[in-house]
Amino acid sequence: ILFPQAPRMFTPSSRNSVSPVLLLVLLGCVLCPPAQASKSSEDIRCKCICPPYRNISGHIYNKNVSQKDCNCLHVVEPMPVPGNDVEAYCLLCECKYEERSTTTIKVIIIIYLSVVGALLLYMAFLVLVDPLIRKPDPYTQPLHNEEDSEDTHSLAAVPTLAGARANTVLERVEGAQQRWKRQVQEQRKTVFDRHKMLS
Amino acid sequence: MDQKGFRRGSFQSATSDEDMLEIAGASMDFSMADDDPPLDREMGGFSSYNGGGMNGMSTMMDFLEEPLPGVGTYEDFNTIDWVREKSRDRDRHREITNRSKESYWALLHSVSDAFSGWLLMLLIGLLAGSLAGLIDISAHWMTDLKEGVCLAGFWFNHEHCCWKSNTTFTDRDKCPEWKSWSQLILGHGEGAFAYILNYLMYVIWALMFSLLAVLLVKGFAPYACGSGIPEIKTILSGFIIRGYLGKWTLVIKTITLVLAVSSGLSLGKEGPLVHVACCCGNILCHLFTKYRKNEAKRREVLSAAAAAGVSVAFGAPIGGVLFSLEEVSYYFPLKTLWRSFFAALVAAFTLRSINPFGNSRLVLFYVEFHMPWHLLELVPFILLGIFGGLWGAFFIRSNIAWCRRRKTTRLGKYPVLEVIVVTAITAVLAFPNEYTRMSTSELISELFNDCGILDSSKLCEYVNDFNSTKGDDLPDRAAGPGVYTAMWQLALALTMKVFITIFTFGMKVPSGLFIPSMAVGAIAGRLLGVAVEQLAFYHHDWAIFSGWCSPGADCITPGLYAMVGAAACLGGVTRMTVSLVVIMFELTGGLEYIVPLMAAAMTSKWVADAIGREGIYDAHIRLNGYPFLEAKEEFSHKTRAMDVMRPRKSDPPLTVITQDTMTVEDVETIVTSTTYSGYPVVVSRASQRLVGFVLRRDLIISIENARKKQDGIVSTSIICFTDYCPPLPPSSPSVLKLRSILDLSPFTVTDETPMEIVVDIFRKLGLRQCLVTHNGKLLGIITKKDVLKHIAQMANQDPDSILFN
Repeated sequence: ILFPQAPRMFTPSSRNSVSPVLLLVLLGCVLCPPAQASKSSEDIRCKCICPPYRNISGHIYNKNVSQKDCNCLHVVEPMPVPGNDVEAYCLLCECKYEERSTTTIKVIIIIYLSVVGALLLYMAFLVLVDPLIRKPDPYTQPLHNEEDSEDTHSLAAVPTLAGARANTVLERVEGAQQRWKRQVQEQRKTVFDRHKMLS
Repeated sequence: MDQKGFRRGSFQSATSDEDMLEIAGASMDFSMADDDPPLDREMGGFSSYNGGGMNGMSTMMDFLEEPLPGVGTYEDFNTIDWVREKSRDRDRHREITNRSKESYWALLHSVSDAFSGWLLMLLIGLLAGSLAGLIDISAHWMTDLKEGVCLAGFWFNHEHCCWKSNTTFTDRDKCPEWKSWSQLILGHGEGAFAYILNYLMYVIWALMFSLLAVLLVKGFAPYACGSGIPEIKTILSGFIIRGYLGKWTLVIKTITLVLAVSSGLSLGKEGPLVHVACCCGNILCHLFTKYRKNEAKRREVLSAAAAAGVSVAFGAPIGGVLFSLEEVSYYFPLKTLWRSFFAALVAAFTLRSINPFGNSRLVLFYVEFHMPWHLLELVPFILLGIFGGLWGAFFIRSNIAWCRRRKTTRLGKYPVLEVIVVTAITAVLAFPNEYTRMSTSELISELFNDCGILDSSKLCEYVNDFNSTKGDDLPDRAAGPGVYTAMWQLALALTMKVFITIFTFGMKVPSGLFIPSMAVGAIAGRLLGVAVEQLAFYHHDWAIFSGWCSPGADCITPGLYAMVGAAACLGGVTRMTVSLVVIMFELTGGLEYIVPLMAAAMTSKWVADAIGREGIYDAHIRLNGYPFLEAKEEFSHKTRAMDVMRPRKSDPPLTVITQDTMTVEDVETIVTSTTYSGYPVVVSRASQRLVGFVLRRDLIISIENARKKQDGIVSTSIICFTDYCPPLPPSSPSVLKLRSILDLSPFTVTDETPMEIVVDIFRKLGLRQCLVTHNGKLLGIITKKDVLKHIAQMANQDPDSILFN
């Protein structure tokens, strides 16, 4: 009893508590490798910006060099000014070493878009398909029903639902989903209808 | 099945008009509780959970072994009992320490228990940093998506798209791989038709993003809207809001935050990042028993998680810890300070390794200049402080008025339509002005930037005299035409932001306040800075300038004025003091500018406090009626405990339970006919001498469980709260012993105690209720809600606005 019960968090008893958790775990696992991903050669550069000097116009020089070589003398090629002016010209130039990770960006954007897509699909499923699959049950109310009277009799229906011993995994998942839907409905009533929280 | 009848009766036969009843009814269904272990209807699955101590005999003496699941937990929208939670934790710790001497395994267990706190902080930092990196990268990409798309890979934003190609000095933003929408559709980017097409695409994308955000919030997690900081403040002071820090709220808040920020609305992501970090903290608490079962310890973890949230938002770990200490937390033990700092550092480090901005910076508007400033410049800085204070007070008043209108009138019935209309107005007004078209963080970054030779933006278009330039050190110069254009565009942007933020903050999408306030302040600061700079340039012979600002010297830095203005406005709205200055100086990376920042922050706080006492978060707490006992204000009225206690003279006498003469049926009648959250236990009705205090939830759970599980408990069984029950004739039914759920040390005050002391006791100890005695006999009870109502009454506010129990 006193030991940290880590596996309890991942009990398969409720699909709705597993899927966001899986998402988070997936996020964590996927985000860690890109952080240490080996940087491909196209992801580092030294950028030197040189302003207009006498009759030479301004120019930006990019070159793929390491950080210790990131200065005006190595990057600015070809040098637009003759030898004795190089120092004065280079004093005006500003060189910065930059690196990025394209794999991180790609992975994160793809993860984000897939999560948004999955949520949209689930929302479409709940609004369109779910009411058709379930038999019209007077105790389960549709998801976007705003004109609910504040009827606590709906909660009295809970004992009958859970009274039948939920044996199969599917029925347990159904029960969990019903619980989650009721919870969201309660939250929606508190926030959107009664304006009790979050103005 | 008369248990079911009993339970149904408990929320249908309510005679009181308290709103708590409906909410209590909703949460009596234990399976809905997000944070509790799901309670099986027959409670059969948990016989192994309590170690067999079901009979309620001598094993009940052990405080640690909670014999019944559910006893010791709290209902939704109730306040926790800090004293009980803390003493439970001490008992648990004592037991582990005692047991650690027994065996090697127990010693290992005690060591792992001590380290579990640090491991939890590490995990929170990692998760918060990763989520912040995800939010930053996605928000950058989606913001640029409104303007165009990258052909080299659709996942690149504008800056990264043009990273590889050779850009020219004058046209640094243009590259062939990045195509604006008009270029993609029409083939060219010039002309009136292309402009209108760009405009249209911008507005359409903005509307799509915000519509998606509000639909996701409404459909999956209604608690994910708003900033989150007022509710987190209330939770950290001891309130329970189930589901507010849950998994679905976390996922939806992360996703919709990106959408809301990308849609161009005038909101920021710092406040919601605090909520996201606290959700991470709450979810990870479930991995460790020490934190899962104890609400007080969990709040320590949440304080640390809030620090990690601010740390990743600003790249300021120290500022994050101070923000958590000053703004968010209620009880902040010193042990939490070190752990919060650790969590904030880990989060900042994780974010840095994900590297969202391409050059190892944490925040977009990091300032790198270190120009000196002169003492005379304190005058404009104080002016900026006054502006910040005035704007803060104006914003709070108007935003609260608008939110109150949303709460009470028909405006609140159309949340989706409201979001769409506000987004449409924002997008339509924002596109023509380039300073509102860019994202607010970019605007702040550009305003903080000190102009060098290499900057080609309009704001840096000064009249250059190349003969006198030496290196990068530019003197004060006359403003070119670009600067004048930028000035009036910025003034327009300022007016627009000042008004549109009032309607945006508080909508049903995640919205933060830090970035818009900093933007308002930065624009005002930069305008003032350029004005002072030009004044110094054209009138360098005036007495005030001649001493220190000779021609050819670089004396005025408008970027610094922008920074000071941002700090002043942020301080005026949130009334942050130390944390604000520390965040700003961590952003600049140096101590040079501490004095101007402090001068502006102090001035703005004083000016704003003179107009209105509360910051924006306290004002929202009061608007929503959360039971938050303000810890910073003194209670200075001369009332006494007998003026506040219940029952009043006209009410029926106090409902009490006797220690060993009431039957199960009597107690059930009391519990169903009243709605109090607890009942005092006295020796007998005649003597009214106090024995202890018992909570309603514990009573209901214990009685139901006893009816089901224990033999011989019927309606006429006597309930006994003492160790030694009076002997009964053998024919009577067996006694129900409920000694373990009785709190034997309730706090009492006498009726003549001044209310100042009573309020102080409630604040310092975190009480829910306090009993009032007279000459040693029980007279009445004061609950936290009574105290809050009394304070509201004394301040001439509406005492009925305190909604929750």
